[in-house]
Amino acid sequence: MKKMGKWLAVLTVSLFTLTVAGGALAADTIKLGVAGAHSGDLASYGLPTVNAAKLVVKKINESGGVLGKQIELLIEDDVCKPEVAGNTATKLVSDGANVVIGHICSGATKAALGIYKESKIITISPSATSPDLTLSGEYPNFFRTIAHDAVQAQVQAKYAMETLKIKTLAILHDKGDYGKGQAELAQKYFTEAGAKVVLFEGVTPGAVDYSAIVTKVNSKKPDLVIWGGYHPEASKIITLIRKKKMKTIFMGGDGIKDDTFIKVAGDFADGVYATGPMDISQNPLSIQAKKEHQDAYGSDPGAFYDNAYSATLAILNAIQKAGSTDYAAIIKALQTEDVETPLGKIKFNEKGDATGIGFSVYKIEKGAFVEQK
Amino acid sequence: MTAQNEIKKSILASLWFMFLTFPIMVIKVNTVTNSIEWRWHNMAIVGIGAFFLSMLWRYLLKRKEEGRKKDQSDGLSIVQRLLHERRFALPGLMIIGIFTLLFPHIFSMYQTNIMISALIFVVLGLGLNIVIGLAGLLVLGYAAFFAVGAYSYALLNLHYGIGFWIALPIGGIFAALFGILLGYPVLRLRGDYLAIVTLGFGEIIRLVLENWNEFSFGPSGIKNIPKPGFFGIEMSMHTTTIYIFYIVVVLVIFTIFVINRLKNSRIGRAWVALKDDEIASQAMGIDKAKTKLRAFALGATWAGMAGVVFASKTTFINPASFTLWESVIILCTVVLGGMGSIAGVIAGALLLILLPEYMRDFGQFRMITFGAVLILMMIFRPGGMIEDVRKTYKFEK
Amino acid sequence: MDFEYFTQLFLGGLTRGSIYALIALGYTMVYGIIELINFAHGEIYMIGAFTGLIISSVLTMMGMPTLAVIVLAGMAAIIYSCSYGYTIEKIAYKPLRNAPRLSALISAIGMSLFLQNYVLLAQTSDFLPFPSLVPNFAFWEPYSHIISSAELMILLTTLIVMILLTLLIKFTKIGKAMRATSQDKVMASLLGINVDQVISATFVVGSATAAIGGILIASHIGQINFYMGFIAGIKAFVAAVLGGIGSIPGAVLGSFVLGWTESFFTGYISSDYEDVFAFIFLVVILIFRPSGILGRSQAQKV
Repeated sequence: MKKMGKWLAVLTVSLFTLTVAGGALAADTIKLGVAGAHSGDLASYGLPTVNAAKLVVKKINESGGVLGKQIELLIEDDVCKPEVAGNTATKLVSDGANVVIGHICSGATKAALGIYKESKIITISPSATSPDLTLSGEYPNFFRTIAHDAVQAQVQAKYAMETLKIKTLAILHDKGDYGKGQAELAQKYFTEAGAKVVLFEGVTPGAVDYSAIVTKVNSKKPDLVIWGGYHPEASKIITLIRKKKMKTIFMGGDGIKDDTFIKVAGDFADGVYATGPMDISQNPLSIQAKKEHQDAYGSDPGAFYDNAYSATLAILNAIQKAGSTDYAAIIKALQTEDVETPLGKIKFNEKGDATGIGFSVYKIEKGAFVEQK
Repeated sequence: MTAQNEIKKSILASLWFMFLTFPIMVIKVNTVTNSIEWRWHNMAIVGIGAFFLSMLWRYLLKRKEEGRKKDQSDGLSIVQRLLHERRFALPGLMIIGIFTLLFPHIFSMYQTNIMISALIFVVLGLGLNIVIGLAGLLVLGYAAFFAVGAYSYALLNLHYGIGFWIALPIGGIFAALFGILLGYPVLRLRGDYLAIVTLGFGEIIRLVLENWNEFSFGPSGIKNIPKPGFFGIEMSMHTTTIYIFYIVVVLVIFTIFVINRLKNSRIGRAWVALKDDEIASQAMGIDKAKTKLRAFALGATWAGMAGVVFASKTTFINPASFTLWESVIILCTVVLGGMGSIAGVIAGALLLILLPEYMRDFGQFRMITFGAVLILMMIFRPGGMIEDVRKTYKFEK
Repeated sequence: MDFEYFTQLFLGGLTRGSIYALIALGYTMVYGIIELINFAHGEIYMIGAFTGLIISSVLTMMGMPTLAVIVLAGMAAIIYSCSYGYTIEKIAYKPLRNAPRLSALISAIGMSLFLQNYVLLAQTSDFLPFPSLVPNFAFWEPYSHIISSAELMILLTTLIVMILLTLLIKFTKIGKAMRATSQDKVMASLLGINVDQVISATFVVGSATAAIGGILIASHIGQINFYMGFIAGIKAFVAAVLGGIGSIPGAVLGSFVLGWTESFFTGYISSDYEDVFAFIFLVVILIFRPSGILGRSQAQKV
């Protein structure tokens, strides 16, 4: 019986969308899609975004909504796989989403953006950092509230060359979309800054042991090791590097700027550098957003929470200012209207990147990330 | 007496599972505050659950035993009989045909889209069925051929602007060449050695795609792959989706047609003979090497074509879509559906691809349910959902 | 310098090989007896590591001395892994004893998925730090950066486990019953061997080696999560096939060969194509020795 009910629901929903698609979109709510990894091994990067969107939308709905309309959330899982992301995007389009917060991973975002572009749906990602999503200019409907990887690599190169005064470096990555992309950008900017890359290699994620590659790094004696990828492999590698009594400086990107990295690597994490979004812990809106999360869920917010909170605020503000859910009007509003968010006062440039946000360098000291000025 | 016995057995099972799940279900260590959370309510749930489930379990196993005995006297199951009775098969096929034609118009675009994914896996399953179900060669790296097809289209289009329709056969041919390339060195291997070498082959293809940036653009993949064209007419996304849906349906029908013909041809019989007894079939004059290579090549062809359609459907591909996991899923569709049986493989692929999509409501319990379904299906229907019926010749004295 | 580099790679490969070997032993035993690729074996290894971590944290918080914690947690991990191995066999494989072999394989894949997600839901999806059980003492100054005490420990354990297993199979009653069952199940049961019990025993022994592996490896790499069993399991399986599946010394030799191959290839050429090379090497070996390095080629029955 229950099963039949579900099928009936599917049928009615499909029939409904069919009729709606034919006529004008006469909905009396604004539909905000939220897409990203909500299950699987990358769920911890996707779920905080859902929480952020829920909190912002709840607050705005209570104060009367946007343009007098209530906001409805459509939450869909893409497991960070491109082919699933395509299905997710189609589902959101079918369900009549007006704008979308997402996706979380760059690969999934690339697969989904084409679908949104054709349906003229604006997409704003809290965490997809692949540079060409905005720089290529192919996706006028794409915006993001996080700085892209090229900015990060520039920050790394500048800090390492000017403050740490390194001359040679080894670059390791996890062969993934995110990690390898970061590593290639690091190679580019470090070489431009005059450093010598003595080793550029990928390691197999999830392997049981990295002693061979660490031995190889050791034999090249670099001043610095740059890691492109997430924290699980990074903590294995740093542990081995320190166990082999190498003094090399270790630096990673926002993939390792995660408290789990410190927890897992323990004492070996001390002295590691990581780049991550600028410290915003003093921003009153950020403090408020954090408190809202603690009140609602009884825990501290997770990765990209502030970015997602800001993305939701920015897009809803743009709809308000645009006066409608018209595609061109929202884009114009996003690019011209400043909005106060937990990340600071932001608007978007013509490529789609937020202005006024960036990366800083952190150093792990006594089990905590400390921002380096 | 027996009831008492049953209860005793169930109590034992319940105690055993309470013991078994104790550390993982009950204790949870909070590493931040260094405190322990004791979740005793979980133990109660496990205990009560195991008590009733073990009763159900034994009851079902018993019924399966009885069912098997009955089955032997009965011969074919209902589904199989339905498939073989012309009286039911023809109207049934017509209903399915009409339903398929109307499908994209009745259901939303999302439904059409996941149906396209499922149908692509139907083609993959049918292709792998040639290799495993007919020729009996266990291949664990089938996704590699899928990748070859998808990348052939993506790269040929990128460099030479070749369109979907020309790429479709080319993808198939490339995949077939790779099939022969893989098949040749492993002709001597049997059973699980073959499985592990094909697994290795699948990983090699994926890793090369991941590492060789100059050739395949590495893990960041290839984007903006065009959807299939229709005499150069511009189409909206909705129409394109419907269009791809019909393309896949035609591809599925074509696949079924070819495999059906192959099955009863000289080659098909040779495959089945080789699978049953290599030495005897060699003695009867079947060229082992040629026959096996044909199976690899023909099986790979379908994966290649499915890959081209897949690339044109998602418009973005990267190596993450062609992992060992995809190979395993395709293998599951074949075995779960019923090895060698066309209807079975179709049913298996539809079930395995659509189930996770419709189970989105289960949220985080999606994958654990999926695992449990795989085990239960195999235990209660080890031959698959719709078992293959081999032609038998009765000899009466 | 060059020789030292070579030695480091050699020993690194040896450690890696020992890690594979501890998992591969269980694979090869189960395969030898019921010809099933036990996909869930990697998950047993993962559950062993999780149980070890949970029990050791509880005991540490109760204020037990370190040595007692290590011993008790290790024992708990072994007992639980064995229990899981036993239960898995009863639920997922025993009803399929007479079914087509591929059905059992799919059931094993389902079990692997089930166990992964069971731990994911009941515990966490995050990586958990795993304490270093083997104290990092300097026993061989000034060369301790070449091989650490933990690595040496893994190496020794592997060899001891392998020798014990060989003795078990060669000389004990249950070992003889295992060999008889693997040769001919029907004949073995005719001669009064309880085949079901023998198969259960094989799973229990195989799971115990996986648990030992789980704890040692987790303490070596310092972290665990629910997905750790899958990749390690695949590699161990490749190693078992390379050595000749079903043969215990073969599994160990295959693991060492695989470990060295990967280590030297990374050290002298590139780690980008490390796995590609390992698999190509596997194919080449199997072309020349179709049943692995130490596997006996079976005569075909007509």
